[in-house]
Amino acid sequence: MKTIKDIISAVAPGVAIEEAQYPTVTLDPDKVRGVAAKLKEEGFDYLISLTGMDYGDKLGVIYHLSSSANEHKQDVIVLKTSTADRENPLLYTVCDLFKSADLYEREVFDFFGIRFINHPDMRRIFLRSDWKGFPFRKDDDPSVNAVPCTNVTPSDLENVPSITIDSDGNVTEKDKMLFGNNEYVVNFGPQHPATHGVLHLRVSLDGEIVKKIDPNFGYIHRGIEKMSEKLTYPQILPYTERLDYLSGSINRHAMCMCVEKAAGFEVPQRAQYVRCILDELTRIASHLLGWGCMCMDMGAITAFIYGMRDREHIMDIFEESAGGRLMTGYSVIGGLAQDVHPNFVNRVKEFIPYMRKMLKEYHILFTGNPIAANRMHGIGWLTKEEAVALGTTGPTGRASGWSCDVRKIAPYAAYDKIKFNEILRNTDTLKGDTFDRYYIRLDEVLESLNIIEQLVNNLPDDGFRAKVPPIIKLPAGEYHQRVENARGDFDVFISSDGNKNPYRVKFRSPCMTLISALDPLCRNEKIADLIMIGGSLDYVIPCADR
Amino acid sequence: MEVKNLRVKSMKNEDFNNNDYLEKYVEELHKGGVNVAIGVLDDVINWGRSHSVWPLTFATSCCGIEFMCVGAARADFARFGWEVTRNSPRQADVIFVAGTIVYKMAPVLKRLYDQMAEPKYVIAIGGCAISGGPFKDSYNVVQGVDKIIPVDVYVPGCPSRPNAMLYGMMQMERKIKLESFFKLPKKPIITKEEEIRAQIDEESKDVKTSK
Amino acid sequence: MLELTGIINWIHETLMANIPASWLVSLIEYVLIGAGFLALYAVLALILIYFERRICAFFQCRLGPNRVGPFGVFQVIADMVKILLKEIISVKHIDKVLFYSAFFIVIMGSFLTFGGLQFARGVHGADFNIGVFYLLAVSSISIVGVLIAGWASNNKYALIGSMRAGAQVISYELSAGLSLLTMVILAGSMNLSTIIEEQADAWFIFQAPIPVLIALVIYLIAGHAETNRGPFDLPEAESELTAGYHTEYSGIQFGFFYLAEYVNLFIIAAIATIVFLGGWQPFHIVGADGFNAVMDYIPTWAWFFGKAFALIFLSLWVRWSFPRLRIDQLLHLEWKILLPFGLFNLVLMAVWVIIFK
Repeated sequence: MKTIKDIISAVAPGVAIEEAQYPTVTLDPDKVRGVAAKLKEEGFDYLISLTGMDYGDKLGVIYHLSSSANEHKQDVIVLKTSTADRENPLLYTVCDLFKSADLYEREVFDFFGIRFINHPDMRRIFLRSDWKGFPFRKDDDPSVNAVPCTNVTPSDLENVPSITIDSDGNVTEKDKMLFGNNEYVVNFGPQHPATHGVLHLRVSLDGEIVKKIDPNFGYIHRGIEKMSEKLTYPQILPYTERLDYLSGSINRHAMCMCVEKAAGFEVPQRAQYVRCILDELTRIASHLLGWGCMCMDMGAITAFIYGMRDREHIMDIFEESAGGRLMTGYSVIGGLAQDVHPNFVNRVKEFIPYMRKMLKEYHILFTGNPIAANRMHGIGWLTKEEAVALGTTGPTGRASGWSCDVRKIAPYAAYDKIKFNEILRNTDTLKGDTFDRYYIRLDEVLESLNIIEQLVNNLPDDGFRAKVPPIIKLPAGEYHQRVENARGDFDVFISSDGNKNPYRVKFRSPCMTLISALDPLCRNEKIADLIMIGGSLDYVIPCADR
Repeated sequence: MEVKNLRVKSMKNEDFNNNDYLEKYVEELHKGGVNVAIGVLDDVINWGRSHSVWPLTFATSCCGIEFMCVGAARADFARFGWEVTRNSPRQADVIFVAGTIVYKMAPVLKRLYDQMAEPKYVIAIGGCAISGGPFKDSYNVVQGVDKIIPVDVYVPGCPSRPNAMLYGMMQMERKIKLESFFKLPKKPIITKEEEIRAQIDEESKDVKTSK
Repeated sequence: MLELTGIINWIHETLMANIPASWLVSLIEYVLIGAGFLALYAVLALILIYFERRICAFFQCRLGPNRVGPFGVFQVIADMVKILLKEIISVKHIDKVLFYSAFFIVIMGSFLTFGGLQFARGVHGADFNIGVFYLLAVSSISIVGVLIAGWASNNKYALIGSMRAGAQVISYELSAGLSLLTMVILAGSMNLSTIIEEQADAWFIFQAPIPVLIALVIYLIAGHAETNRGPFDLPEAESELTAGYHTEYSGIQFGFFYLAEYVNLFIIAAIATIVFLGGWQPFHIVGADGFNAVMDYIPTWAWFFGKAFALIFLSLWVRWSFPRLRIDQLLHLEWKILLPFGLFNLVLMAVWVIIFK
C-alpha cells in the first residue's frame, strides 16, 4: 500500500509537504486543478470541504480531500492555494472533478469575492444579489446594507453569470438565463410546509414531472462563522448548536473536541462517555423527527405525531441533566457543564427497551404500509459514485453503500471503546433508493440504542470536567475535527493565530451537499416524489446556511 | 370590559403577567363609554376570534422544532383550538415567527404578513425574532421582527419551550378578548410599533423622493 | 314515538287548516324545507368538523379541542364566528367572475345532493324515480367548482391542485357509478324509496353478501377519493401544494370550501348507507320478531345517522393512518384495479340476481 506521502510526491513532484495535522501542500492557483485530478485518480475522490481564507494580503482557498476507498478512508490531504489580487481574485474551479465543489465555490465567492474560472454558476449563494461587499473579508464593512422591506425579485433568480478563460489567457464573462421562457417554473418555499425550514426551490415542471430544480439558499444565513471570529472559543459553543439544531449536542461536541485537541486538554473518561450517550440520544431524537417529517411529507400526519411523542422522552432526559431541551448546552471545553443527574442512568436504561418496542410499532404503522412502500421503492436512486461526488455523507451515503461513518473511520471520544456496526445498505448493488434512506434511519436508531446500552452500563467515575485555564488560547495553526452528526460528516475547521479568538472558523455542513443532491435525484420524478425525496434526505436548512 | 373578567380556563387572572398593560389598553379603548349592545356583540366576536386562532405553518429555525412540539402529543395546542395550521397565509390568523429572520427573508416575511387576512396577529418566538438574540452582532440578521411587522406577543427563550409558547398563546387570547370590533383606539398604545411604522413610512418616502 | 313523520304531518295539517290557498301552503312548505336543509347542512358540517378533530386527536394520542365549552363542543362555533368576520382579500389578476362563483358551485353541488337523500322514514326532499342517477349527477357538480377555483386563482399551486382534482374525481366517478349501478341491478329500481323498502327484511349487504361487499368497498374507496380526503387528498396536498385549489381563498370563501369538504364526506357516507346498508331501515333478522320489535323502537333517523357516522369514522380512520398516494398510483388504482373489479362485479351481480332471485 502506498503511503500518503508517496501519493502526493507522485502527483505533485517537487512540492514541499508540510507536516501539520494532515499532510498539507501549498500550490500555485493554476496547478491545483491538475493535482486534484491526479489525486482523484489515486482514489481521493471525496472533497470534504472547501474553505475560503483571507490571509490579509492574499485571498485563498483550502481543500480538504479524502477517499471513499477503504485503504485511504481515514486519510485527509490538504491543498492550499491563494491569489494576491484582492481587486479581482480569480482561481480555477474543481467543480467538474467534485460535484460538491459547485456549491462550495459559490459560497467562497459569496463570502470572499473569489471568482472561479470555468464554474458555470457564479451567483451569490447566501446573500442577496444586491448585497454590497464580501462579508468574510477582514476589511469589509457590512453596515452599508440596510434591512430590505420591499419586495424586489432578486436578479440572481434568473441570471447566471459565469467566467471562462481561453488558452491565450483572455477572460470572458457572460450571463445566461437559468430557465427558458417556456418553462413552467414553480416556487417551493421559502415558506412551504415541506421544505423543512426556509429553503427556496425553483422547480421547472412539465405537468406533474420535475424537470429541473434550482435550490436557493440563504434565507436563514446568519453568518455564524464570521461572528465566531470575534468570539472566544467558549462563546462559540452555543452557536454550533444552532447550526443543525437537531444534532446540536453532536456539533457542540465537535467544537469542544477540536479546541481540546488543539490546546492539549485531557478530557475525563466519564465526560467522554456521557458526551457519546448524549450524541446518540440526539441522533435518535433527530432520526425520529426526520422519520416523522418524512412521513408527514408523504401525508401521514399521525406518524409524525408518534415520532414527536417518543422524542419527548429524550427531551426529558436532556432536561433533567442539562437543563435544556433542544439545545442542551452540556458539553463545555474540558468536559461537561455539570455532572449528570442521579436519575440519568436509570432513565436512559428505561428508555432503551421502550424505544425498541416503539420501533416495531413504527414498522407496523408505516414501513409495512403498502401505499408507503409503493411510493418509496425504486424512486430517487442515488449511486455510490454519485454520493461520493456530491459528498452526501451520513445515512444518505450509507444507504447507497458508501461506508462513510466517521465514528468508524476516525473514532473519537468513547467510540473506539465499544463494539458497534456501521449500518450499511446495498453494499453489493452500490445504489440506494428512497426506501433505503428511510429504512436506514430506523436501523440506525436501533444501533444507537445498542451503543447507549454499552456506554451507560460502563460509565466510568473519574470526574466530569478537566481543569482548563479561564482564557483559552490555541497555538497558531490549523485544526480540523470530524464527527458524525445525524446527517453526516460534520467538520469543524479552526485557523488560529495564537489569540483567544479564532482567525477563521469553518463548519462543514452535511446538509448543504444533501440539498445539492435534490436536483439529480428528482429529475423526471413527480412533484410528490420531490417532497418525499426531500424528506428522505432529511436536511436542516439552518445547517446549510450557517 | 374589565381585565378582571377575562376568563381563561384553568388559569387565574392574577397568574398572568403584564395585566397592567392590558388594563391600559382597555382604558384607552373604552374612553367615552361603550354602547351596551355593541359591547355584547364585541364580546361574542371576541369570544369567537380568541378561541379560533389558526396559525400559519411558518418556521425558520430552532424555535420551529419547539413549535412542532407544541403541536405534538405532549403540549397539544389543539386543546385551545389552534391546531388547524393553515399553509396558505390567506387562511391563517396568526403567524408565529419562530426563528431568526435574516435580510434575505425579511421581504418574504413582510409579504407573508401582507398576504394574511385581517384580523391578523403576530407572535414573535425566541430571542432571534424578538431582538436578534444571539445573532445580534451578525451582519445579516434583522434585529427583531418588529422592525418589519407589528408584533402582538413576545415569547422569549432560545429556543422557547413549548410551555412558554402555550403561555404566549393564552396571552394572545386574552389580548384578543379585549379588542373592540366597532371601535378602534385613536392612538395605538404600542409606541414602539408606532415609531417603527413612522420610520418605515419615512424610509419609503425617502425612496420615492430619491427616485 | 320519536319519528319525525309526526312533526312533518302536524306542520302540514296546521298549515292546511289555517291557510286557505293550497299554493301558499306549498310555497311555505318549500321555504321551510329549504331552511331545514340549510340548517341541517350547517349543523352537520359543524358536527363533522368537531367529530374529526376529536377523532384525529384520539388517533394521535392527543386530547383535541377541550377548552371552549364542555369537551370543546363550542370550538367549531367559535371557528364559525371567526371565519364569518374574517377579511375577504381581493386578489389581483384573477378571473373575478369565476373566482367569486367557484365556491358557490362547490356548495351548490353538495347542497343539491341533500334534496335527494332520505334521512328517515318519510323524511326526504324529493323522491325521484331516478334517485340514484340524480345523486350521482349532482354530487359531481362540485368538481366543476374546484376546477374553476384553481383556474381563476392565478396561482400555480392552485392550478396544479385543481388539475389533479379533475383527473382524480372524473376517474373515480366511474367506479362509484359502477358500484351503484351494481346495486341498482339488485334493487331493480333507481328510486331510493324502493331501494330502501327492498331492504326492510335484510339490508342489501346481507341479501347478496359477496357482490355487495365488493361494491361497497369499491364505492367507499371511490367515494373517499371524490371527497379529496385521506390518502387521496392530492388536490390540496398540504405538504406539496400548500393548500391546493383554495390557496388564494380567504375568510368565508375558504369557509365554504371547508364546509363543503365535510358535507361531501357525509354525503358519500349517506349514499353508501342508503344503497348498501339499508338506509334508515332498522336491523332485522327474518323470523326473530321479538328482536325486530326491539330494533324498531330505535327511531329510523337514529339508524340512518348512526350508520352514516360509522362509515365516516371508518373514513377518518383511513385518512389518519395512510400516507398519500402519488398521482400515477392514484390513476393506476382506479383504471387498472377498481374499474376492472367493478365491471366484473357488475356481471357477478347480474348472475347472482338471475340465480337467487
